[in-house]
Amino acid sequence: MRGVTRVVCVVGAGSLLAGCGVAGGESRGGTDPNGVVRASWSDPQRPIEPGNTNEVQGGKVLGLITRGLTRYDPKTAESVNDLAESIETEDSRVWRIRLREGLRFSDGTPVTARSFTDAWNYTANITNKQVNAPFFQYVEGYADVHPADETARPRAKTMSGLKVTGPRTFEVRLTQRYATWAEGLGYQAFAPLPRLFFEDHAAWLRRPVGNGPYKVESYRRGKAMKLVADPAYRGPDKARNGGVELVVYTDPNTAYADLLAGNLDVADDIPAAQLPNAAADLGDRFVVRPAGIIQTVSFPFYDRAWRGARAAKVRRGISMAIDRDAITKRIFNGTRIPAKDWTSPVLGAKGGYDASVCGEVCSYDPKKARRLIEEGGGLPGGKLVLTSNVDTGSHRDWMDAVCHSVDKALGREHSCVVNPVGTFADYRTQVTDRKMTGPFRAGWQMDYPNIENFLSKLYYTDASSNDGGHSNPEFDRLIDQANAAPSAAAAVAGFKDAERILARDVPAIPLWYQNGSAGFSERVRDVALDPFSVPVYQAITVTR
Amino acid sequence: MGRYVIRRLLQMVPVFLGTTFLIFAMVHVLGDPVAAMFGDRTPDPATAAAIRHDLGLDLPLWQQYLNYLGDIVQGDFGKAFNGQPVTELMGTAFPVTLKLTLVAIVFEAVIGVALGMISGLRPGGFADNGALAFTLLIISVPTFVTGYLLQYLLGVKWGVINVSVSSETGIGELLIPGLVVAGVSLAYVTRLTRTSVAENMRTDYLRTAVAKGLPRRRVVGVHLMRNSLIPVVTFVGADIGSLMAGAIITERIFNIHGVGFQLYNGVLRQNVQTVVGFVTVLVLVFLLANLLVDLLYAVLDPRIRYA
Repeated sequence: MRGVTRVVCVVGAGSLLAGCGVAGGESRGGTDPNGVVRASWSDPQRPIEPGNTNEVQGGKVLGLITRGLTRYDPKTAESVNDLAESIETEDSRVWRIRLREGLRFSDGTPVTARSFTDAWNYTANITNKQVNAPFFQYVEGYADVHPADETARPRAKTMSGLKVTGPRTFEVRLTQRYATWAEGLGYQAFAPLPRLFFEDHAAWLRRPVGNGPYKVESYRRGKAMKLVADPAYRGPDKARNGGVELVVYTDPNTAYADLLAGNLDVADDIPAAQLPNAAADLGDRFVVRPAGIIQTVSFPFYDRAWRGARAAKVRRGISMAIDRDAITKRIFNGTRIPAKDWTSPVLGAKGGYDASVCGEVCSYDPKKARRLIEEGGGLPGGKLVLTSNVDTGSHRDWMDAVCHSVDKALGREHSCVVNPVGTFADYRTQVTDRKMTGPFRAGWQMDYPNIENFLSKLYYTDASSNDGGHSNPEFDRLIDQANAAPSAAAAVAGFKDAERILARDVPAIPLWYQNGSAGFSERVRDVALDPFSVPVYQAITVTR
Repeated sequence: MGRYVIRRLLQMVPVFLGTTFLIFAMVHVLGDPVAAMFGDRTPDPATAAAIRHDLGLDLPLWQQYLNYLGDIVQGDFGKAFNGQPVTELMGTAFPVTLKLTLVAIVFEAVIGVALGMISGLRPGGFADNGALAFTLLIISVPTFVTGYLLQYLLGVKWGVINVSVSSETGIGELLIPGLVVAGVSLAYVTRLTRTSVAENMRTDYLRTAVAKGLPRRRVVGVHLMRNSLIPVVTFVGADIGSLMAGAIITERIFNIHGVGFQLYNGVLRQNVQTVVGFVTVLVLVFLLANLLVDLLYAVLDPRIRYA
């Protein structure tokens, strides 16, 4: 293998020189540039395509085979231009995008402005039933391709706000000013798609084609996907290994056992039951880092009992009755961090994270908690019913702990009871049908690392994920103001002002930030997780 | 015999219709699967409605059921939520589980019957007491404990077996999982055989056979065994059905992408098509296995005649 690598280097001495130098240097240190990384996977719930993938497992594949206008730095989570040479706007409403030269899909066809507009129009169109369609709701003409009325047919095939102005340039017109719009463009729903996708959709789904550092070699649905590094990839994050094999596991515990036995190189999502042993089992081959996930407990504002100033006092009281430090330590072994605001530390100060926002509301003070709840007229209905699905994520365990904590603060047994729902699907149905009578779990995994994604989608009146039905005109006004800010930095400051309203209102109690975790084998090195808790596959090196 | 088989096959029709409708209705009671497709995000109403319409979930239950029956008669079991046809899922899952079941049944029959014979021939002896202790132990330890324990010891610690079964799923890889699946049934087979053998040892025909001076091999091998196996055959036959459906725990532990795993996923995601499709096939498997057992009676016991 070593010899082969050298030959390739000499032949491709022109443009590949820099890349070869690195690979050659490392092969002496025992790195195999053709080595394949075996990584754990589970069966994606939806077909793998940018408009239809909204969970981590399908997202892993799209992260390997597609690249968008921008990307998020795996370390700092900062949004930087990737395929885009420039993204410009004067009024935060009309955005002009210019692509870099010479971009290609792995099938050799060029990436043009149309690759983007066609993909976006496809995803937005209601006839294609793509779950990520709402990501385009601010583009002018979205209502024509995606009417809000459930029975209406689309009036147009394309959004009028997307205008191709040249082979490498296009313009996006939004329905409102949206200062942080470009921050979201690194999300996979905005990825470009080759002609093949539109001409032979079934073939594309069987073997997706993109423009990322890897291309799909073979895909056996529900079992495994083999990806190989694309030698023609020109981006800054070229693969440092020969390929990735994603293997579907029936259970994360099995993946973990396989990792210990050396049959698997990278296992992300270490199951909670194994976390106490992981450090001892794996030593420095165990990675933990904050992910853009926050767990909160939301309230049903469609229920009269939870509305009004007195109820706000009760909500604050409940929040202060929860001993976050003890629960994260005992149940999650420190892989979750007590929350101090409504965003996530992965955003960094620049992205809008601020640990001072929640203040005393997020600190444990059982005496004050009890006083606040009593002043607010006690718990509505006499007791707290805490609801969540219990099929994943150790939800049952922490709910019991939260209830125990509330009981202790109030000095009364069974003042808080857990209402476990068997499956996630059933739980989500009950939540969207507005059947909650008390606080319920609301997890949020960011789509892109910006404070806007944590606030306006969740707490703005009638926002797309405002499950509790929270509404505060003052909050809405500040969000609108932030969106209309002249720059992303000014917008972030505006969003933080809006977030301070949440500290008063407490529409949802921040519980904890979630960390991503992964383990890796002795065969591989340089394994890290990105802020979305997905391993940075292209950076992994395989030792010989 | 022929008429008996036809009558039994005809009886299967109402049983089949009833069970499929029940499972269809039960998966529906679980609620709307579309909400979960959007993760923690609130579903966009228009998109959710379009998906519901596409899956036929906007029709009344009875109409959905009739459509479904019409489709499966034509061999169309619908599509899983990831866009894969359910028949394709079955095509990959059933052979895998069938292999696992075969391995388990062989273990059950061979080890179970052998142990049962040994202890039944000398009731109260050393071997009998040993087998009693062994089966008690196996019955009382839950499957997932044996599964994880064997996986950890043999796979992780000593590296004798693969921790997880590869997607090719060779018979060799299935030996340990098969043993785990067979565990409890194996113990029952041992007990059943032992009791039945011990009882038949005291029967008139056996005493006659011994008195006739037949060699012991023939007494035990033909006269005793054949008559003692009737209850065992019933048990093993019924077990084929439950093994095909009930290996969920073992399949998850050993990463076997079989029927149990697909059912588990289907229930979690409330995927009506997958769950009803698989259960429909399982119902058929159960019905046919039962018929087979009944027919085997006649072979084992000439006194039983079907008309």
